Amino acid sequence: MKVDLSIITSLLSVDAGADRVVPPTGFTARLTLFTAGAMAFLAVFALALSLASGRRRQLAGRACRISHLADLCPAAQMAAQTERALKILSETPGVSEARALDPDEQRALLEPWFGPDLPVESLPVPQLIEVRETGAGYDRDGLRLRLQAELPGAVLDDHTRWRKPLVQAAGRLKFLGWMAILLIFGAMGAMITLAANAALAANSQAVIQVLRLVGATDAYIARAFVRRFTLRAASGATIGMLVGLVAVLLLPSANAEANILTGLRFQGLHWLWPLLVPVLAAIVAFAATRWAALRVLEGLR
Amino acid sequence: MFSGAVRSVIELDEVAYSYGGGELLTDISLRLAPGSFHFLTGPSGAGKTTFLKLCYGALVPTGGQARLFNRDVRSLSRDEVAYARRRIGVVHQDCQFLDHLSLAENISLPLAVTGQDKLAAQSNLKELMTWVGLSARAGALPPELSGGERQRAALARALILSPDVILADEPTGNVDWEMSQRLLQLLVELNKMGKTIMIATHDLSLIRAAKSHVQARVLRISGRKLQLAGADL
Repeated sequence: MKVDLSIITSLLSVDAGADRVVPPTGFTARLTLFTAGAMAFLAVFALALSLASGRRRQLAGRACRISHLADLCPAAQMAAQTERALKILSETPGVSEARALDPDEQRALLEPWFGPDLPVESLPVPQLIEVRETGAGYDRDGLRLRLQAELPGAVLDDHTRWRKPLVQAAGRLKFLGWMAILLIFGAMGAMITLAANAALAANSQAVIQVLRLVGATDAYIARAFVRRFTLRAASGATIGMLVGLVAVLLLPSANAEANILTGLRFQGLHWLWPLLVPVLAAIVAFAATRWAALRVLEGLR
Repeated sequence: MFSGAVRSVIELDEVAYSYGGGELLTDISLRLAPGSFHFLTGPSGAGKTTFLKLCYGALVPTGGQARLFNRDVRSLSRDEVAYARRRIGVVHQDCQFLDHLSLAENISLPLAVTGQDKLAAQSNLKELMTWVGLSARAGALPPELSGGERQRAALARALILSPDVILADEPTGNVDWEMSQRLLQLLVELNKMGKTIMIATHDLSLIRAAKSHVQARVLRISGRKLQLAGADL
């Protein structure tokens, strides 16, 4: 497709009077502004959902690589048994790291159920060992058999079974989020095309014929409409994006017990992603209006 | 593309134009030489406006050949038609303006669409508005103007690119006698500057009034054909 760069440069030029030939009022102006604003607001949420799902997926994916070994044995033998378990794990192919959780970490794990002041040291709580696996993973059945033989009290708790569906669900949510963004921008393009068509039809006698009469080329006329609609869409989308950002900011922040509903806020550099929404809206409006304008102009001499 | 000296600015060769199954004009042949002055007369509905539209490429003949600056209208691209129109100033009877722009902005519209230097454009604009007597109305919106002011503004807009040809469709249709004489005087002055002029009018008194100022040919559309109307003035 041939791209006329002069149209893009003139769109970005500072000649604010270039689009003054298009009458400033009318329902199409409000329609474009509102549509772009509403769609940008929705796009910010779809983006937040998609990015949050991505983070969930990453977290769950990482958690899939961690198992816990609970060593249930009398307190007197605990240290020796733990030592033994760590040695077995260090000899197991596919285990990248194994470490015994300290009492604070164990207390933190139990806190949601028993409260913050649980005296872990005085309770018959099994020693937990965190097991991190390599990408290839370890032979779970083989490890279980060895543990059964050498440390009968040890229980291997493999989180993979229940976390894998979470990873899949988060992956699908992320995909749906991106699909929603695509649909939002597609719908925005369709609405702006309709608005541009309506504006062009309404102005074909009053504006376009006068411009043709004084020697305006199709590119000039299209540029006037394109510039007007692109700036309107970008303005509406900026407002919608800002409102969307405030709404996302007001959502509960993620915490240790965060799930997908409490972790929708953007994190870190992800806060910059919504800035792309007005830019994309402007690109969509530019393409939609230019297509509509050139189609209408082809029918006039 | 449309620059340089030409033998004739507009040529119609056995042109016919049909619309909706009916033939409006037939067998029209005419050559507008540079610097010539023509009146076009005929009863209302005879096809004067259609004839003028054929002359500036707004309509394409259904028969014969129309040439603008030695180029067949049918062979012109849409952009080339636009470039040709920059050399043909058109004054319509209904004086189409953009009602949301000021008079000065409307008159300078051809400069804006051709991207001409703004400083030079401002200077041209002031000079032209003074010449047509509208310098005090620069900021007015078109709906606030009288019929005569609109006609003069339309003439100023048609002239701002210094075109080779001026085509005026009933330019004195909505103005009083005094204003029509003033407009005629402006067009005569332009002709003396070397511009080719064609005025479509059914006002024979206007043609008689021009007699003492300019040598003009009077053409008449009658029975769908173009005829020379009596002796040259």
